[in-house]
Amino acid sequence: MKKLIWLAMITAVTLALAAGAQAQPLTLNGAGASFPYPLYSQWAHKYHELTGAKINYQSIGSGGGIAQIKAKTVDFGASDEPLKVEDLDQAGLVQFPVVVGGVVPVVNVAGIAAGQIKFTGDLLAQVFMGKIAKWNDPAIKNLNPGLNLPDQNITIVHRADGSGTTWLFTHYLGLSSPEWKEKVGVGKSVKWPASNSVGGKGNEGVASYVKKVAGAIGYVEYAYALQNQMSFAVLKNRAGNFVTPSIESFQAATANADWQKAPGYYIVLNDQPGDQSWPITGATYILVHKQQADAAKAKGVMKFFDWCYKHGGEMAQKLDYVPLPAKVVELVQATWAKEIKADGKPVWP
Amino acid sequence: MADLALPETPAKTQTWRQGDLIFRWLSRGCAFLVPALIGGIFLALLIYSLPAIKKFGVGFLVSPEWNPVAQEFGAASSIFGTVVSTLIAMLLAVPLSLAIAFFLVELAPPAVSRVVSTLIELLAAIPSIIFGMWGLFVFAPFLQAHVQPWLASTLGFLPLFQGPPMGIGIMSAGTILAFMILPFICAIARDVFLLVPRTIRESAFGMGATTWEVMYKVMIPYGLVGLIGAVFLGLGRALGETMAITFVIGNSHRISASLFAAGNSIASTLANEFAEATEPMYVSSLIALGLVLFLITYLVQILAQFLLRRLYRSWSAGL
Repeated sequence: MKKLIWLAMITAVTLALAAGAQAQPLTLNGAGASFPYPLYSQWAHKYHELTGAKINYQSIGSGGGIAQIKAKTVDFGASDEPLKVEDLDQAGLVQFPVVVGGVVPVVNVAGIAAGQIKFTGDLLAQVFMGKIAKWNDPAIKNLNPGLNLPDQNITIVHRADGSGTTWLFTHYLGLSSPEWKEKVGVGKSVKWPASNSVGGKGNEGVASYVKKVAGAIGYVEYAYALQNQMSFAVLKNRAGNFVTPSIESFQAATANADWQKAPGYYIVLNDQPGDQSWPITGATYILVHKQQADAAKAKGVMKFFDWCYKHGGEMAQKLDYVPLPAKVVELVQATWAKEIKADGKPVWP
Repeated sequence: MADLALPETPAKTQTWRQGDLIFRWLSRGCAFLVPALIGGIFLALLIYSLPAIKKFGVGFLVSPEWNPVAQEFGAASSIFGTVVSTLIAMLLAVPLSLAIAFFLVELAPPAVSRVVSTLIELLAAIPSIIFGMWGLFVFAPFLQAHVQPWLASTLGFLPLFQGPPMGIGIMSAGTILAFMILPFICAIARDVFLLVPRTIRESAFGMGATTWEVMYKVMIPYGLVGLIGAVFLGLGRALGETMAITFVIGNSHRISASLFAAGNSIASTLANEFAEATEPMYVSSLIALGLVLFLITYLVQILAQFLLRRLYRSWSAGL
């Protein structure tokens, strides 16, 4: 009996605390992808200064973001990998892209500086499959006749944690090499076939392993390659040009994509047409429910991302993310107006 | 006056009794909380890992396959990494900490002993992520540049020391683990040695025993039960260590004979992959890995108890 009384008291206190926490000014909770976290947190900070609205974003990974929004424990979820339209419909979710980023291969070979070594998608796939084991392999030499490539083992550095970056990268390798697609596949984590490989946690983990291990090759978000002054590779794009990763080449890939014809904005910006398009480019997405229980909160989320689209571009570029072109933003906002409803009424504008 | 004072006394006793009763229930509740938590965690692990257990069966324990794309999972590489890195840690840490403890108790001047003891306790207070970062940025490059090439050139004929030296891998993970469990084993071993009565030690010296003989034949047998306890405490910690291992083990689902190669442990796999695992079978397999770790740790504890009881009867002279 006494136990029950204790239990009742504890429950009462917990409920009272929970009720107290809800009576606050507009607070929005989001969770998901770690790739856009630095940007979202800066945006949220600035937005809080300007409007007083509080945005909590927890960088728990895309998988976690999807699970949390499905469970409705957050007001918006974030994912680096777009959900397929049927999955969106099944869960009653809308997704829209926010910013674009690029993934770049990085190498650590003595004497090779950033932008010097060239790869094609197929060659990259063969290296990551472990079929090409030495840096002075004829296949690499033929593509890079001017470089002095050493007789050194290649060590593959990949992400140890599941990651949208890995998804984008393996998707690109799958596009470039049917063998990769068949034997390894595309995913946020895959079974890396090369025998000489190590996994680093996060972009920073991969970056530091590549820098530490002589003869390593890995892949990181562009921003990490820049910050760590790593030797990134030049890739052959669909138009047949060798392009250098940069904000401009990511923008080219974004501009050349046909967003209008992509239901649910499911579009992978890998291997897009265009002379200057960087071939491993992807958008990061926000997920919200179509049917909103709380109109004020839903509107708060839209308002925040509207502000990000309109005023957040400069902050994005400073952190090496690419803002979406204006016409894509228009499309996104038309989707908000059409699909997101509270009590049967549209929430936006 | 006496009339007024009388009713007070029973009232006081009453509150005392009530307080006693509440305290008894409170402490009983706290004591039951622990088995309830352990049981609850075990049940939760079991329930959530059922889909993986049903699909893979016993094969889960022996299959080295870990392929999230094909949804094929096996725990062998993670179990292998956990066991091997712990084994390396124990091989390095146990003799080292016993030697340090003996030095502190028997050989060092009191001032040195005090300072070193404090430092060793401080080592135990360093958060494991600091060990991980130090391992990644300082220790692994040192292994790569100096230790591993030397091992490869002298003992390279053994499969243990083959392959390119990368620094990060099973070897650095085991060594970092050794640094992490050393203070625990050492601190307890020191206390155990201190409990060996002075007279026994001095009579051994008096009979002409060397310092080595005193340690090997007197101090260690006398405190054996305590020392075994210390070793198992370190072992338990090494098995479950996560952050530091994740930094330096190389996180690769592979079983390799070479200590230079990258591997993974159960804890590091969980730390790496849980956040982004979306498919139900993937999540279930990760939880099944957690269950395996739970059972391994539990078995180690049971083994420790068993060993302690047997040793207590047959070997130990003192504690």
